[in-house]
Amino acid sequence: MTDITQAPPRRRIRWSVLLDHAILIFGSLFMLLPLLVVFQMTTMPDVEVIKNGPQLKLGGELGPNFDKAMYKASGFSGLNTGTRMLYNSFVLGIGFAVGKIVLGMMAAYALVYFRLRFATLAFWLIFTTLLLPLEVRILPSYEVVQKMGMLNSFNGLIIPLIASATATFFFRQYFRSIPEELVEAARIDGAGPVKFFIDILVPLSKTMIAAMFIIMFVFGWNQYLWPTMITTDEDMYTLVRGIKQITQDLEGTNIPEYGRANLLALIAILPPVLIVIFFQNWFVKGLTESDK
Amino acid sequence: MAQVKLDAVRKVYPNGYQAVVPTSFQIEDGEFVVLVGPSGCGKSTLLRMIAGLEDITEGTLSIGGHAVNDVDPADRDIAMVFQNYALYPHMTVRKNIGYGLKNRKVPAAEIEAKVQEAAKMLNLTEYLDRKPSQLSGGQRQRVAMGRAVVRDPKLFLFDEPLSNLDAKLRNQMRIEIKALQRRLGVTSVYVTHDQVEAMTMADRIIVLNEGKIEQIGTPSEIYHNPASTFVASFMGAPPMNLIRAQIEDGQVKINGGTELMAVPAGWDSGEITLGVRPEDAVLDHSGAVPFEISIVEELGAHRLLHGEMAGQPFTVHVSKEVDIQPGQTRLTLNPSTLSLFDAESGKTL
Repeated sequence: MTDITQAPPRRRIRWSVLLDHAILIFGSLFMLLPLLVVFQMTTMPDVEVIKNGPQLKLGGELGPNFDKAMYKASGFSGLNTGTRMLYNSFVLGIGFAVGKIVLGMMAAYALVYFRLRFATLAFWLIFTTLLLPLEVRILPSYEVVQKMGMLNSFNGLIIPLIASATATFFFRQYFRSIPEELVEAARIDGAGPVKFFIDILVPLSKTMIAAMFIIMFVFGWNQYLWPTMITTDEDMYTLVRGIKQITQDLEGTNIPEYGRANLLALIAILPPVLIVIFFQNWFVKGLTESDK
Repeated sequence: MAQVKLDAVRKVYPNGYQAVVPTSFQIEDGEFVVLVGPSGCGKSTLLRMIAGLEDITEGTLSIGGHAVNDVDPADRDIAMVFQNYALYPHMTVRKNIGYGLKNRKVPAAEIEAKVQEAAKMLNLTEYLDRKPSQLSGGQRQRVAMGRAVVRDPKLFLFDEPLSNLDAKLRNQMRIEIKALQRRLGVTSVYVTHDQVEAMTMADRIIVLNEGKIEQIGTPSEIYHNPASTFVASFMGAPPMNLIRAQIEDGQVKINGGTELMAVPAGWDSGEITLGVRPEDAVLDHSGAVPFEISIVEELGAHRLLHGEMAGQPFTVHVSKEVDIQPGQTRLTLNPSTLSLFDAESGKTL
């Protein structure tokens, strides 16, 4: 045996790694601290918050505030409880995302795989609608929805928004990266257009669908202006819009319901965050992987 | 199983490019025909027209006696193997093989039986539940084959199926495909740019160049009696030596001097191209033709001597027993092994 006298190698401090982490930690704190303050306030009685402002200690009001936020209505009809608004938000977010994906996929399928006469022109027409976001066309859109009698309904909330240039564009690019031979093999295997779409294209696109779903769900969930215009019945309020309703109580002589409003804000943040956390692998794959 | 007949089939792309000039040939029942040629010669276009993936501009294509110009690929009763395999990446091997049957509404039990049979034939049984991404290149190629054989089609079409494999596997798959085709007896059309594949697998070879047929024949005919300088230089590795020569006084001469062979009476004097297979030139110290060796290429089983004959590049193929160094030597050319081509058109004389 040779003698083992070698000293263990000294751990070198790699400053660049340290610096990277410092920047990341700072960034995370910067983003998280306001959320922690909001959370702290949801645990305190409202009177305490108005007297002392944000503090470092936690109170015991989380439970009662949660009850208020979820089950107490803030309007006149007593219909816009937190649970109802959460439900509305989910319907809007999911309907919005699914609608955009289905429509975008089918449009892209038509553009890529069928020899349409003006396919390129059609694509660019669709693409230019990116220049016309909802805010620009909100008055005519409102008028159309109103005339069709779709105010205060999920249909009115969702359908006018699901035409999507973004989704069409992404799916078009993705479909174009799928090898031609796959289409030909399927043709020889006797798969018609519908079968090819359902049996081959949809399963192949699942990472892309997941990525689109995340983006579109968050986008739909966060809609504020459109729901404010289309829904006036309190039982159609979404969370994002309902929080505003509660904070309106801040005006006047009432003690503002800080705890309840902040808790609803936290609840409104959660679903998009959870979806991103759970689907982030798919999300990255969908947007970066193209070798199929 | 079926006869395939092309009658003046022509392909012009919408941009006006003529990929295939009017072409006619017939493939007999059970025959293995290889379409070979350099890239861009129209061989894939021809195959894709037979498959129905490409429209036929003019002419008639019939499979099994029926004109199929306007028949959908799915209804032509053909199966095709693609260069990049074109397996469905999200399906297991079992589903990949069975997909064509499923679309034809074959009962599930029957599909399973046929898939098992095909898998057994191709040694894929233990891989049936894997996805294509978990298979090696050779296995993927076999799945692609399985997808073709399971349908029991009238016609197999192969589009450069081996070009994505490494050399060793390619040799092995070449034999497997050929054996499988023999066993099943299915008429096959095989496209490749690799002349070795063409020579080894084909019953008959069709050599294509610039959208037209240069020669149709058995591998031996193509090799020994090439119809043009193009065929002569394309088939065979190393290719046939093509050198300038003259016909004078009823004799073929190189450099106006050495007489090689007599030509039939009545042939015009003038420039020609002389073709000599590298293995047909024999080293012979008392030979008629001087040969200057510059490089000896060692290939194990044999040697290639590269050098100059009559001032023109020339290659000689000798067996490993012949020990030779660069330098001056002489050759004998046996008249019966020489090919003569028109100097301008390149056609055989």
